[in-house]
Formats: sequence, C-alpha cells, structure tokens
Amino acid sequence: MSTELILSLTSLLAIGLGYAIPLIFASMGELVVEKSGVLNLGVEGMMIVGAVTAFSVTVDTGSVWLGLLAGGIAGTLISVIFAVLAIHLLTRQVPTGLALTIFGLGLSGYLGKDLVGKTVPDSIVYPVPILKEIPILGDSLFTQTLPGYLAIIIGLVVVYVLAKTRIGLIVRAVGESPEVAHSIGFSVRKTRYAATLFGGLMAGLGGGYIALIQQKFWVENMTAGIGWIALILVVFSSWKPFRLILGAIFFGIISGLSFYMQAKNYPINPNLLNSMPFIASMVVLCITSANSKRSSANAPASLGQSYHS
Amino acid sequence: MIMLEPRDQPSRLMQWLSPLLAVALTVLCGVLFFSYLGLEVKGAFYVFFIEPVSSMYGVGELLLKASPLCLIALGLAVGYRANIWNIGAEGQMVLGGIFGTYAAMYWLALPSYLLIPAILLMSILGGLLWAGIVAALKNWFNANELLTSLMLVYISFQLLLQVMTGTQENLALLQDPNGAGFPISPLFEMKAMLPMFSELNWSLWSTTRMHVGIFITLLFIPVMWLLVNRSFLGYQMLVAGQAPAAAAYSGFNQKKLVWTCLLISGGMAGLAGGLEMIGPNGQLQASWKPGYGFAAIIVAFVGRLQPIGIAIASLILSITYLGGESAQSSLSLPKSITLLFQGCLLFFLLACDLFIQFRLKWKPKNQQKTVGA
Repeated sequence: MSTELILSLTSLLAIGLGYAIPLIFASMGELVVEKSGVLNLGVEGMMIVGAVTAFSVTVDTGSVWLGLLAGGIAGTLISVIFAVLAIHLLTRQVPTGLALTIFGLGLSGYLGKDLVGKTVPDSIVYPVPILKEIPILGDSLFTQTLPGYLAIIIGLVVVYVLAKTRIGLIVRAVGESPEVAHSIGFSVRKTRYAATLFGGLMAGLGGGYIALIQQKFWVENMTAGIGWIALILVVFSSWKPFRLILGAIFFGIISGLSFYMQAKNYPINPNLLNSMPFIASMVVLCITSANSKRSSANAPASLGQSYHS
Repeated sequence: MIMLEPRDQPSRLMQWLSPLLAVALTVLCGVLFFSYLGLEVKGAFYVFFIEPVSSMYGVGELLLKASPLCLIALGLAVGYRANIWNIGAEGQMVLGGIFGTYAAMYWLALPSYLLIPAILLMSILGGLLWAGIVAALKNWFNANELLTSLMLVYISFQLLLQVMTGTQENLALLQDPNGAGFPISPLFEMKAMLPMFSELNWSLWSTTRMHVGIFITLLFIPVMWLLVNRSFLGYQMLVAGQAPAAAAYSGFNQKKLVWTCLLISGGMAGLAGGLEMIGPNGQLQASWKPGYGFAAIIVAFVGRLQPIGIAIASLILSITYLGGESAQSSLSLPKSITLLFQGCLLFFLLACDLFIQFRLKWKPKNQQKTVGA
C-alpha cells in the first residue's frame, strides 16, 4: 500500500471513530433497555436533552467533564418520564417513546434558546503510549479524548456485565420471560426501571459528547437522527453487544465519510454523502431482517410488551 | 393502598374521556409552566390559547394548519389500526412538496383546470413513492417500517437540498432562475395556485389566507370514515391489528394489507405536501421542514384513530402551533415550546388511556396484588 493510502485510511478511521462514540454510548444504553424487554424509541429525545444540558453546563463552568456528567443526568431524568409511563402506567411503548422524542426536541429547543453561538473549550486528545504506534489503528483507536475512551470502556463493560454477571442474567431473564423472572423472585419493575434509566444515562452522555466534543456548538435538532440510527444498530447487532460495538464503528465510518470526502474535495454529491448513514442503516436493517427466523431469534421475547404483576 | 384492577370490558366512556382529560392536563401543565417562568398566567394563557383565534384571520390560520394535520392523520390512522407504524409521514409530505413543485414549475402549458389536478396527482405520487419504499422493504425483507419510514424522513431532507441548492451558473432542478442562486423555487404562477376564499369574494373570509384545499380534507373525512367503519378492507385492518393470528387464519393477505395501509397514508401525506405548496406556501424552500408529519401522529392518537375524532384533534394540535408562534412574538419564548406541549399531550393521553383497560381500586395493604393482564 502506498503511504498516501495508509494515511487516508488512518484519518478516515480516526474521523469515523469520532462519529462512532456517540453511537456506542446511545446504542449500548438502548441494548440494555431492550434486553430487559423495554422498547424505548425516545433515544433521539434523550440524546438531544443530554446535548443541550451538557453544552449549557460547560458554557457556564468551562468544564467538559461537568457538562458531560450533567448531560448524562439530564438523559436519566428525562428517561424517568418514560419509565413511569411505560413501566408503571403500562402505556404502549412505541407511542410513549415517540412522545419522549417530540418532548425532548421541544424541551431542548427551549433550554438552548440562549446557547446558539456560544463555544466550549477544546477537549484534549490523549494518545495511549505504545498502542498509538500501531499502524492505521493507533492513530484512530488510541488517539481519543478521555470521554471517547470512556465510551469504549463502558461499551466493553456492558458486554461483560450482560454476558457474565448475575445482574446481566437478571436483566436478560426479565426481558425473555417476565412471568418466570417474577415467579422466581426478581422484580420485573425494578429491573426494567434500572435498565431504562441506564439507557437514559447513556443517551444523555452520547448527546453530550456530540455537543461538547464532536461539534462544539449548540443548534436545535443537532443530534439529527443519530438516536434513531442507534436504535437500528441494536436490531442490526441481533442484540449481541460485541457486534453492536463493531456496528457502531462501521456506522461511524460511514458518517465520517461525508465529512472526510468534503474535506478532501472529492467530487461526490454532498447530499448523497449526508444521506449515506440513513441509506446504509436501511440496507443493514433489510439484510438483518430478511431471514425473519434468525433475526428475531435473538430479540428479547417480551420486547415492547407491558407487564402487569 | 390504591391498586390497578383490570376491567372486564374496556371502558367506552374512558375511550373518549381520555383525550379530553389529556387536553385539560396539558393546558394545566402549560399554566404551571408559564407561572414557573414568572409570566402573568392569565396573560400568557391568553396569548397561547385565545389570542391566536380571536380574529377571523386567526380562525383561518387555525383551519389552514389543521387541514394538513387532519389529512395526514386520517391516512396514518388506517395503518395504526392494523398495527402498521408509518411514522415517516413528514418525509412523504416533503416528497409531495417536491413532486408538486416540479409540476407547478414545468407544466405551465396546461390550462389551470388540468394543471392543479396534475400538481396534486404528482404530489400524491411523491408520497406514494416514499411510502412504497417502506412497504416494499417491509414485505420483501421484513424490515421494520417504523425505522425505515423514519430514515426516509432524513433522506427526504437531503433530497430537498439536492433539488433546491445550486449556484446561479449551475441551478438545481427546482431553483428559481431569477433567484440569484438562493435555495428557493420561483413563486408559483397564479394559474398553479389553489383559489383563495378571498378571491372567491367570500366576504367573511376576506382577511384570511384560506384556500379551497380545505375542501379536499373535508371530503376525506367521510371517505375515510366509510373505509374504516363500513368496508371489508377496514374490517380486515382491524382484525389484523387486534388479532394477527386470526387474520392469518382467515386468509387475509398481510402483504397486501401492508401495501394498502402504507400507500394510503403515504399518498395522503404527499397530497398534504402538494396542497401546502400551491396553497399557503406558494413556493418551495430548501429549509422547508413542515413538522406536520410528526404532529399528525399525535393527532391520530388523540383522535382515537377515528376520522371524526381526528378532525377535532387536528384543531387542538393546530392551536399548539398558533400558540407557539404567538408566544414567540409576544412572550419571546422559542417556537419549540410547541413541541413541548405536543409531547406533553401525547404523554398525558397515553397515561389516561390506562383507565380504558384498568380501574383504580382501594385495597388494604396486606391483601395480595391483583393478577392479570
């Protein structure tokens, strides 16, 4: 391979991973939610509220970490609305999630009305010693900001917890068969609450990452569909956490492609490039769903159904 | 302790009381929100809910906004009854706008009485195309229509940019040649526009922007009522939605149902887009994000998926738009509080719907929980 090709692959991967990180946050959160049997379509709404809160706290305090934390808390708080409605009041989960997204878009627009045009400090990139020397991967994977590493670490922790620990087992049991889980003494409600709130936390962090580190500005509607792509990723991964991380990186690269091509002045239609993440997500959705037996085999059996004990 | 107990029969009373309760709770929420902001509640309430419709012009605006909401929601409701979740009406509407604009710009050789139907048919075609993709992917690849229809909304915005943004030297398809390269279409010619009430010398409406497009919406209300309540197709949809196994056993063709539901809703959303173009808008702009496609989802739910309910609900949702605009100019609140209220309304509605299936019952604490549902 020529040096030039390696260089461009490296920078494309680096940009792509930047786009993948909010997806890792949000889709990992949603995976846990869905594993517990709850389908929260409000990811986009939780992300945008996380984004605006994170941005406003960082503008006020100057601290990216405080902002990110606030974004996570805001995402959690707004997911409480969904949890109360869908888990306690047994509302239908699909429209409740849609309502959460609409509500979140409205709330963020209101909260962010004075934030347009403000800026936040740059986040410092911390290359990992030694690992950063790995060709191609080193400059992308191991040259992130600290919150970027946090996403990757949380992602891996979720993979582990879901597969190997008692907590993961309870979450999966509640999602597969709430009746059985209930009868052997687990609280379906508490588990689903915890999972839903975790989903809110992660979506809020993802939104915060977009506002603070990726874009460094605030504009209404800035999450622009990333929350929905996160939902598709969960289906795409067949509810397998490790595949989810890989899928997020794949989508990050597709999203990054548009930015990269425009930066390099490639003569490719920018509108087509900007549609690529959405076209690609429809394509992967079709591929994963085409074999209906296999695609639904992994879906939590009680996904989207209310449970009244 | 207050417990939930399943009802033997769903409550018909609650079925219709629930939207009213939800509206009341949303208004209450609005009042609390205004007082939290330190606004004078009575004044703010007036600005949001009353002032916009206190003139004939305002009533006209109310109907102008209710019309696309109603039209789109009527179509969506058909699918929702059959558990087919088209949430991408926004994109189908945008396609309708694009296709309609094409006809309005390039088919001017047609006489007016052919041009306007041609524009509207083109806009329907745009909506059909976009919803057809959703139906095809659902039927051929089993792809979840909820997610694909939404992805197509984002793609439609990019498509809109594609046909609207070029340079003066290299104009995009629908760009105004005399527009100095701005991302706008030319203003449509008179013969391409729907007649306004004021032009028809209906003096009562002389101050409004009302146009004859509303009659199309009004026509669809009884048509859809017949379709959902009095036709075999409507019955199939209901069965498919409430008892999919029974529907399959009776040999209802699920794939055909998917096509039908999505094409009806897509075509109607496209039509709404075309009507916006040659009605109140008069030109297409690259920044056009109608928002009606999403709000119509709420309209369908608040209207209980029933055409008459939807017509009423579209007026309620229309108020939230007018209120938002009025609050923006008089109370300097951002327009996005419209969405805040719309989200609240749907939250409350869903919560109130709990009492259709359940009732509250006082139980001593030591007694066992009711098992059910």
